Amino acid sequence: MLANKLCALGQIGLRFLVHLGRAGLFLSQILLRKPRFLKNTPLCIQQLYFIGVLSLIIIILSALFIGMVVGLQGYHTLNKFGASQQLGQLVALSVVRELGPVVTALLFAGRAGSAITAEIGLMKSTEQLSIMEMMGVDPIERVISPRFWAGFISLPLLTIIFDAVAIWGGYLVGVKWLGVDGGTFWSTMQTSVDFYNDVVNGILKSVVFGFVVIWIAVFQGYATIPTAEGIGRATTRTVVHASLAVLGLDFVLTAIMMGGW
Amino acid sequence: MTDLVRIRNLHFKRNDRILFDGIDLEVPRGKITAIMGPSGCGKTTLLRLIGGQLQPDSGTIELDGQRVDHCPKVQLYKIRRELGVLFQSAALFTNITVFDNVAFPLREHTQLPEAMIRSIVFMKLHAVGLRGAAYLFPNELSGGMARRVALARAIALDPKLILYDEPFVGLDPIALGVIVKLIQQLNSALGITSILISHDVYEATRIAHVVYIIANGQIIGQGTPQQLSLDQNPQVIQFMQGLPDGIVPFHYPAQIYLDDLLD
Amino acid sequence: MNKRIIELWVGLFMLVATTALLALALKISGLTGSVFGMHSYQITANFDTIGGLKLRAPITLAGVRVGQVTDIKLDTTQFKAVVTLQINDKNKLPADTSASILTEGLLGANYISLQPGFAENILKDGDSLHETHSALILENLIGQLLFSLKNSGEKK
Repeated sequence: MLANKLCALGQIGLRFLVHLGRAGLFLSQILLRKPRFLKNTPLCIQQLYFIGVLSLIIIILSALFIGMVVGLQGYHTLNKFGASQQLGQLVALSVVRELGPVVTALLFAGRAGSAITAEIGLMKSTEQLSIMEMMGVDPIERVISPRFWAGFISLPLLTIIFDAVAIWGGYLVGVKWLGVDGGTFWSTMQTSVDFYNDVVNGILKSVVFGFVVIWIAVFQGYATIPTAEGIGRATTRTVVHASLAVLGLDFVLTAIMMGGW
Repeated sequence: MTDLVRIRNLHFKRNDRILFDGIDLEVPRGKITAIMGPSGCGKTTLLRLIGGQLQPDSGTIELDGQRVDHCPKVQLYKIRRELGVLFQSAALFTNITVFDNVAFPLREHTQLPEAMIRSIVFMKLHAVGLRGAAYLFPNELSGGMARRVALARAIALDPKLILYDEPFVGLDPIALGVIVKLIQQLNSALGITSILISHDVYEATRIAHVVYIIANGQIIGQGTPQQLSLDQNPQVIQFMQGLPDGIVPFHYPAQIYLDDLLD
Repeated sequence: MNKRIIELWVGLFMLVATTALLALALKISGLTGSVFGMHSYQITANFDTIGGLKLRAPITLAGVRVGQVTDIKLDTTQFKAVVTLQINDKNKLPADTSASILTEGLLGANYISLQPGFAENILKDGDSLHETHSALILENLIGQLLFSLKNSGEKK
């Protein structure tokens, strides 16, 4: 009985390793090829539209609400210590260091990641990828690569926009509504937010997140079992795995960046 | 060389199931060759082997004198440009119009100006009778229409060889008649060698010049449709006449009937 | 979808992102030209102790901000703290200016306050200040207070 359970555990472990191996090989297929800029740039731009531009609304709205909530909660908490003038610093640091990169990545995984997985999975199950191959066109170069690079480029850009909008949301609530002094808001923020340590590190995080999220999304789509049920499960897996990966990497990156490793 | 495709001693296994156990096959140039057999005998797999998507366990596959098995990628992609494929599901690209679907191989493999591509696309669509549907999207087409568009796409680059995977399945009699007519025309008017994978004995034998029947990993019958109708092999007879019971039994292996009822 | 329109939207997306980045850089993290060394000059000052003075701490003169701290190092021969002050170009300081490390409020952050002297020549890039007053350490103050209380108690 116990032997069976151990075998099952071993099999799960092996399956995980095989899965990881396939994902790695797939990634190397995408990255290690001669980039044909003339042919592939228009495809990439098209994907940038579908992946990046169409995510803008959800990112901006979420940023606004999150910034406003942080402003509101922050004010009430700081007020207890008579430190409400530090609100600018609180909002900016929370957003730029953590909320911006992480929340944007999670939203991206949910919206763009799942869409990409579903699209590629559907193309696979309707044999579109197969016939493309038979026509002498490499589906990885034509379908997968543009989406990969578009996703990789979009996430940092979306994160930057998120940061700006969220901080502005905090400003709206803190200064316009709750009466924190506008000048103090911006000046405490400027003295405490270091461009290289905070903003750039946050953007660096989003670059790493972007890489991982789009890799998972694209791989899950390509490796689906081509049935309706298979695609559904693959989409769910993209969102779950990508979200967990983002949160896990966030801790690792924060530890490295804060020097506490 | 009169054979466009030569397969020698092909062995292929999938999931411990032997699909091909030493098969020799020749596809004559300029003729329609039908490959038939019961479901699951590996007909679609054979198509993918010829197209180089799968690698045989052993044996050789030659297309116009060039080895397709274990062929390096760049060469394989060159070979595929001379190949037209029609899948059972049509496999049109759903996010672009019919026009763009047919133009796809032209835009990918040639440097022709858009004006010329436009003319060629309309010519191909006209050949399959769908020039008026050029700006529809694939989800607006019926099954038969989609298959015709896929055929137009397959002939866009004027290939030497066309592979048809179950082209007759799921079509109403009129659409069926259209496809049959098109396959014949492409072969007789343009001299395109055609490999037809099907289990529709009536239609396939009507238009094919050469027929192969594959079952249990072996070729159990080959020759012209006339020759096969006179073949005495019981397996061939059962298949050609559609007899429900014979070498391929009606009953799935089970214990004695009486035992099942009395238990 | 029309190719032109797609490219337009992507271009707009990039533009918005760039604007946001600029906003992040300038308004939110206070990155100014001075960080790149433009429109400012640097002077140094030695302190016995800097207390809680941190990088980017403000430097004020008569309460008006004129620059920020850009570097804090230790002089290993004299065992003093060498602080680099970055001053805006438009603020010219006399050569005998002195610097003190003060505290914002009672428990706030440390900053540097400059007291101008009366000299005729002004400080240039690379000069150093001669007169400095180190930070007041709260524990020392309390210790001194207790000591003087004890003394005055005894005298009575």
